[in-house]
Amino acid sequence: MRGTQVARLHAVPAGLSDALDVVAGFDDALTDGFGRIGERGVAALAALADALAGTPLDGPVTAAVDAVTAGSAAPEHLAALAGARSALLGAAHDALLGQLDEALGRARSPWTTPTTGPSEAPPALTAARAWWHEVAVTGWRGVDHELLSAAAGVVEACLAVPELRRTAVLLDGLAAELRACVPVATMAQVPARRWADLWARGVLLTQGAPPTGEASTVSGRLLPLGVDVHSHDTAVQVQVHAVLEPADGGPALLVRTGVAAAKVDTIVGPAIWRLLSAHPLLLTALAERRTLTVTDLPLRGGDLSWFDDRVQLDEPADPFATARVLLPVASTAASDPLDRHPTGIAEPVLVEGTAIRDEDGTLAVEVDGERVALAVDRLPAAGPLTADLVAAASACLGLLRWDDGRWLLQPLAVRATVKRRTVQAHNGDWACGVTDPKVAKEEARAGDAVAVLRERAGRLLRR
Amino acid sequence: MTNADGADWRRRSVVAVMPPARPRKLAKVPFVELADGRLQGVVSSGSDVERVYVSSVTAGTHAYQCSTNNNRPCGGLRGMPCKHLHALADEAVLQYGVDRVARYLRVDVGDGLADGGELLARLDGQAEPASAAVVFSRFLRHLAYLELPVSTVALPELHWFPATGAGR
Repeated sequence: MRGTQVARLHAVPAGLSDALDVVAGFDDALTDGFGRIGERGVAALAALADALAGTPLDGPVTAAVDAVTAGSAAPEHLAALAGARSALLGAAHDALLGQLDEALGRARSPWTTPTTGPSEAPPALTAARAWWHEVAVTGWRGVDHELLSAAAGVVEACLAVPELRRTAVLLDGLAAELRACVPVATMAQVPARRWADLWARGVLLTQGAPPTGEASTVSGRLLPLGVDVHSHDTAVQVQVHAVLEPADGGPALLVRTGVAAAKVDTIVGPAIWRLLSAHPLLLTALAERRTLTVTDLPLRGGDLSWFDDRVQLDEPADPFATARVLLPVASTAASDPLDRHPTGIAEPVLVEGTAIRDEDGTLAVEVDGERVALAVDRLPAAGPLTADLVAAASACLGLLRWDDGRWLLQPLAVRATVKRRTVQAHNGDWACGVTDPKVAKEEARAGDAVAVLRERAGRLLRR
Repeated sequence: MTNADGADWRRRSVVAVMPPARPRKLAKVPFVELADGRLQGVVSSGSDVERVYVSSVTAGTHAYQCSTNNNRPCGGLRGMPCKHLHALADEAVLQYGVDRVARYLRVDVGDGLADGGELLARLDGQAEPASAAVVFSRFLRHLAYLELPVSTVALPELHWFPATGAGR
């Protein structure tokens, strides 16, 4: 990424701050609850309806605002409000991503997979829908132990249905945060945007199990760029960003693929890799920085589904070289319409410039005088990247992200000079075991959490 | 992302609302949680691999309890917390930090607490009977997470939950 590109990224898209103001008003109303909405809440909902005027959501949202104002909100009303909020943030996502694509010269094909209606809702989904409704009526400030116990039941029921894994993982993550914050009423500041994001997504996910439409399949050579690690108390996901060179000689594609596993809160740091041992080829490719030959993997938009039995390990390849040569020419695809939200923006870029500390202590990378803040709080303990290493970097392979009005660069890999030697560090370096002797020793001292819990599960669970 | 005590997080989507659990050895106390208004957990028996103790301290009243998972009272409870409760408190302090545990239990930390033992010494509750079944079933549900099949279904919502360097 060059300085001119960074400069173009920093321009604020027209209408963005107005849209986010409307969202913020809605989020405050949700914090207080739709069950006893006040004057300010009514005004915020009216602003939301105004913002959607003339769109297909106009009618349902107006009806929903009337119902909430009259104190008679039904589940379909709150679903319309969740849809309206999601549409606004979806538009924000499109504007921000469009600006990024223009700055980087990145070609993005539109979403083409047909979106069919949702399939029939299993009972667990109905229970989840009821919970999201109740929490919206109550508001975050009214959340109590009883509502959280109900959430635990919904999570358990959803986990039992594989198609509802997304709902279960989302609700479990939110419920843990609420549990840690109860009583929310005494919190100085409620994370209103975040929790409303999760609420709106939760409501949309419960409108029916997503259809598993046919995806096209692709074959070719997969060159990993880096891996992004996500986790909360009971879930972990590694998402690999890679360039796919199709076997049919078509243009290079920027794709994402990943695997996830359930976990418990006491499994943290490098131990998370052991939970993914069912995918040895993916872990080896990350740890050894190897390319992969893939055959007939389903591709929806830019999302490649992972199947271990359709993948073969190939030659080693330097992800920095892949980024330098292939990122500028690779094209990409729009994401699923449901996933359009600024938080979902994670675009791989290569930045060759020096890291610097701003006056307030935050770390930024500077290219031709233009700065992007570095998201050093997104460096997973499961890998070797640390803030100090990032501060010493001369090149950074990372993901451009956006939150609360600014762009951030989340490092996935860095090249740095340590003790006069050039070293590379990648998030996935420890996928097959910790390679840093000091960290490995600490790991060994703590013992194998996964093994201890599996032993306990083996003795106690099936009795 | 920013921390709970950071600047304005009202308009941020990605915020570390609570710090993740800190790593600790699990062999002696495989399960600790602050939930249902209690510090509660499961302590492995030192003598019998098939037996576990269910121990808990109630927030506010500081009533405490320890029994086997089959509801047989712990023999070590003689007017004061047993060794299982001590182990539970020590591991809770490791996992959550002493401040969070003390705040949850509503224990006055005064000028600071060093470990779980000091925390228990500040309790002013009695041993009171409580059913081990609720806590034990929560532990079994906890363990059941590790039995769930690995999923290759993408979880886009986890972009709200980035892994952090906490616990490093």
